[in-house]
Amino acid sequence: MNSAAPNRWTGDAMRKRVRRRYSSERWFHAVGLGAVALSVLFLAFLLTTMAAKGLGGFTQYEARLPIDFAQSDLFLDPATLRGPDAAQTVAGADIEGALSKAAAAAYGPTAEELFSDAAVNKLSDAIVANPDILKGQSTLWLPVSSKVDIAAKKSGDDKSEALVNALEQRQSLRRTFNTGFLTASDSTDPSAVGVWGALKGTFFTILVTMLLAFPIGVLAAVYLEEFAPRNRWTDMIEVSINNLAAVPSIIFGLLGLAVFLNTMNLTRSAPIVGGMTLALMTMPVIVIAGRNAIKTVPPSIRDAALGVGASKMQVTFHHVLPLALPGILTGTIIGMARALGETAPLLMIGMRAFVAAPPHGISDPATVLPVQIFLWSDEVDRGFVEKTSAAIIVLLLFMLAMNGLAIYLRNRFEQRW
Amino acid sequence: MTPNHSTITLPKPEVADPVEPPAERNPKMSADKVSVFYGDKQALKDVSIKIYDDRVTAFIGPSGCGKSTFLRCLNRMNDTIPSARVTGKIELDGEDITSTAMDVVQLRARVGMVFQKPNPFPKSIYENVAYGPRIHGLSSSKSELDGIVESSLKRAGLWDEVKDRLSESGTALSGGQQQRLCIARAIAVDPEVILMDEPCSALDPIATAKIEELIHELRGRYAIAIVTHNMQQAARVSQRTAFFHLGVMVEYGKTSEIFTNPREQRTQDYITGRYG
Repeated sequence: MNSAAPNRWTGDAMRKRVRRRYSSERWFHAVGLGAVALSVLFLAFLLTTMAAKGLGGFTQYEARLPIDFAQSDLFLDPATLRGPDAAQTVAGADIEGALSKAAAAAYGPTAEELFSDAAVNKLSDAIVANPDILKGQSTLWLPVSSKVDIAAKKSGDDKSEALVNALEQRQSLRRTFNTGFLTASDSTDPSAVGVWGALKGTFFTILVTMLLAFPIGVLAAVYLEEFAPRNRWTDMIEVSINNLAAVPSIIFGLLGLAVFLNTMNLTRSAPIVGGMTLALMTMPVIVIAGRNAIKTVPPSIRDAALGVGASKMQVTFHHVLPLALPGILTGTIIGMARALGETAPLLMIGMRAFVAAPPHGISDPATVLPVQIFLWSDEVDRGFVEKTSAAIIVLLLFMLAMNGLAIYLRNRFEQRW
Repeated sequence: MTPNHSTITLPKPEVADPVEPPAERNPKMSADKVSVFYGDKQALKDVSIKIYDDRVTAFIGPSGCGKSTFLRCLNRMNDTIPSARVTGKIELDGEDITSTAMDVVQLRARVGMVFQKPNPFPKSIYENVAYGPRIHGLSSSKSELDGIVESSLKRAGLWDEVKDRLSESGTALSGGQQQRLCIARAIAVDPEVILMDEPCSALDPIATAKIEELIHELRGRYAIAIVTHNMQQAARVSQRTAFFHLGVMVEYGKTSEIFTNPREQRTQDYITGRYG
């Protein structure tokens, strides 16, 4: 043989070849490890910055305030505050004025702006809950204004920091968990904002999306894969669905605006419209994932069921669909996660409005978490910086919880056989 | 006899059923000039055959000869292939099964099928057997269904091996057990005919022997048609054998005659191992 290729297994040329093969394998291994390490690094960076910036948003400084209601100009009679209109009556009073007067009396004139909306809300609630405190003097812990709050968190202006120091010397400042952030809704005052309204809006929106997109998407996938004849029409539908899955989300927003708002005249800013728009966006993803999952069900299972006399429908719903369900759920999780984090299409249909009250149903004006984050990130007030990061943490946790639930469901279905 | 067997052009088959049927008995199934086309390609040419009760009929022949295609015509499984087209007449107890009046779901309950690869549902052993009776509404109570499952598994010779683990997955059984589970599943709906498409080709010799034994036992109850690659198997289990070659049924007769004294040269060549 005079071939140039090495032909003896023990020869040097062949050994070199083998060594080269192993070294390329090691090289590939190292590159793979590097890629994984890099992504872990990015993830760690993201999470630590997020936590560092956002965790402060979950705490709130409170200042002690001795207040003598008899000296204030509230002119509220405890006797009139027993009825159901108490909250309204209190809201009509100048609580804010009373607060700044009491603060100035306690801590000097610089403390006039120590309190803002959050403190007003808390004091109003306290008065409604127990009108008798109006009769005398009492000492309350009230959340400080956003300006003082960020000064206490070591990034405020000089004037506020001086005030914080003065308060700390008198041990009149304490850090507490900001329950208001989880129970309140949007507000113009960063000390009073919360994500509850946006969370509820997200929940309703995703609910509508899921209820529409999942059954329609799965049934469309089943029909196209199991029942539809193979012809030019189904080819065209397939191409269209694949294209729809790649359409930028803002275009779906425009579609929602044109169809649901302008033509069908549904409520602006409502979760139902947002949910429908997101369902349009999510459905193609579910259809594609569903078709792929159905395709992977072995034909022998269909034969087996047909062989004992099952009808086409029974084959599909007793055997094919349950076997494809884990795959379908995976696709649905991906689609839902995308819908959950979607901002652009919802801006188009008016879910960027300032909504201070949490929605009570799918037709109330609402906003969703990603849009809320977008809106807060646009605010000038520095108090919103940490609230934005805190809201991002809430969104990520919400997403994690939803994905965890979906994965749990998927595993449960898989364990059935 | 044609001296050169490599020529593909075959004469129209003129093989009638040479074995005298019992005079008082009608065939369970009969096929008359059945042809199958996949698109433009003809896979089966004018096959005529009669299948009798309490006999095992074996279809033998080399790969691609159309024996499985023909078997699948008998319970219209070819309907599931969009390009397949079947012509000719197939009767079950004198009833035309190719007509649109025939309900294919009922037909497949009456003509059960066992496939080449064991294909139990990925469900429990119990559910595998109970599925057929359940969708056809063959039992009115849970205990009745339990009875059907038990008797089917017993008839398939699997009961003693699985009676303590009916709730375990059917796919966890060994290959031979899975195939017997598939047979149990087929007989649970009490069919009249059982079609077996190379039921032992994925099994080891011991599992194969068990299935063959089972076929012997089932013979008294059902008409059985079995496709097999294995000529010894055909000789062992069947009473009648049809030899297929290139989409044509070359010869059909008593198994003993086909294997000892075939009338056609091609049959002779195949069973002596000269090709195929």
